[in-house]
Amino acid sequence: MTSIEVMLPLLLTLKVACWATLFATAFGVLVAYAIARLRFPGRDWLDAAMTLPMVMPPTVLGYYILVLVGRRGPIGSWLDAAFGITLIFTWQGAVIASTLVAFPLVYKAAATAFEGVDQQFEQAARVLGKSEWAVFLRVTLPLAWRGILAGSMLGFARALGEFGATLMVAGNIPGRTQTLSIAIYDAVEAGRDEVANFLVIVTSVVCITILVASGKLLKPRYAG
Amino acid sequence: MRIEVSVRTTLRSKAREFRLDVEFTCQDDVSVMFGASGSGKSATLRAIAGLEHPDSGRIVVDGRVLFDSARGIDVPARMRSVGYVFQDYALFPHLTVEENVALPVNPWWRRRPARDVAKRVRDLLDIFEIGNLSQSYPWQISGGQRQRVGLARTLIRKPAILLLDEPFAALDPLLRIRMRQELLNTQWLFKVPMLVITHDPQDVAALAENLVVLRRGRVERTVDLKGPPYRDEKGIPVRGVIRQLLMETSVESNGTQEQLPLRAVR
Repeated sequence: MTSIEVMLPLLLTLKVACWATLFATAFGVLVAYAIARLRFPGRDWLDAAMTLPMVMPPTVLGYYILVLVGRRGPIGSWLDAAFGITLIFTWQGAVIASTLVAFPLVYKAAATAFEGVDQQFEQAARVLGKSEWAVFLRVTLPLAWRGILAGSMLGFARALGEFGATLMVAGNIPGRTQTLSIAIYDAVEAGRDEVANFLVIVTSVVCITILVASGKLLKPRYAG
Repeated sequence: MRIEVSVRTTLRSKAREFRLDVEFTCQDDVSVMFGASGSGKSATLRAIAGLEHPDSGRIVVDGRVLFDSARGIDVPARMRSVGYVFQDYALFPHLTVEENVALPVNPWWRRRPARDVAKRVRDLLDIFEIGNLSQSYPWQISGGQRQRVGLARTLIRKPAILLLDEPFAALDPLLRIRMRQELLNTQWLFKVPMLVITHDPQDVAALAENLVVLRRGRVERTVDLKGPPYRDEKGIPVRGVIRQLLMETSVESNGTQEQLPLRAVR
């Protein structure tokens, strides 16, 4: 076992998971706030669509991404023509795949957190003269942030372990798109047990730590 | 200072439909809207604050039109300059007393009071004798102290009128007597007209210069409690008259059924 064959997938996975968590949190909070506070037709359907990646097989998800951002897909061909960017078989492609699988975890947690904020506080802030932006930033978000952070951490853990969609979109190029879980699969296939063992233990420890921390965040705070 | 309110709207819950059709004017320092729960007084107060949007009507506070369905005017709540004190005060649980009071006048990017705001907050807290609590959180202080914070937070913007939703309901009976006197002191000190809603006859007796009695979504009567027949020589409202008035209403309202929570029809 060389340190390079362990460190490369570890660092790459960290990079991919961080970006994915960032995007998933930004979009998740936005969509969750809209769903929790606005009443519009098709709201239930949008909610279902946003939760879909949680229940769909990752390979199906990966296929959708390929169809959309692949070289001949509507988004992919436009990116290629306009900027000369190809996302397939790059680590950026892995970010897209990980963002998508992490998204529902953040979105669901954020929606629950926003729904748990008593709207009387928002009304109070409005009557006190605050703009909608100030109400969101100074009242709603601070009262919901623990739930949102817990969701982001779950999303991060999910992005760390992403396998199926990432493999389909980014492939398995050692040092370039070979993430943690793909490296584990590779190591097991090749009979390099010590590499697999090491990566498996690292992954387990990180995931358990995240679950404990997010569980602590979700405990009620302003009781009594 | 004059308030004109005329509000018509339909509120609906699963079990029943409720028509609110309220019209009154008042121009006293302290007006009280009295009625049983479900009589529509809360919905009326929320309409004045801009938290509900009536089907039709007109709301004018101190010459400023806040709502006029005929002319399509509906000033957003944040621009009405109307102070609203919620029944349980709705203090922000994540902010200290000082930050709660500073929020209305603080810029949106700041949580701690800005420099020019800090002095105003301090002065206001001192007036309400809660300066020593400025770093406490709402759950760490008593009910009476919470009410003072709620009042200070509302008054820091110098609202044109102060609306109070059952201001003493969350307090224990002994404290109520003191806080009523405090509220009158606050009115005198800040010279801000008040509209108080309550279902407690004691509140009417202690506070009202003008009384609006609501019943089943309509104004049953308005009573001027300042006029000669209702005042004794010291200018204090004669309690006997009020009590008699309220005996009648409370007997009637006891006959109403258990009320369900209502939601505005969209």
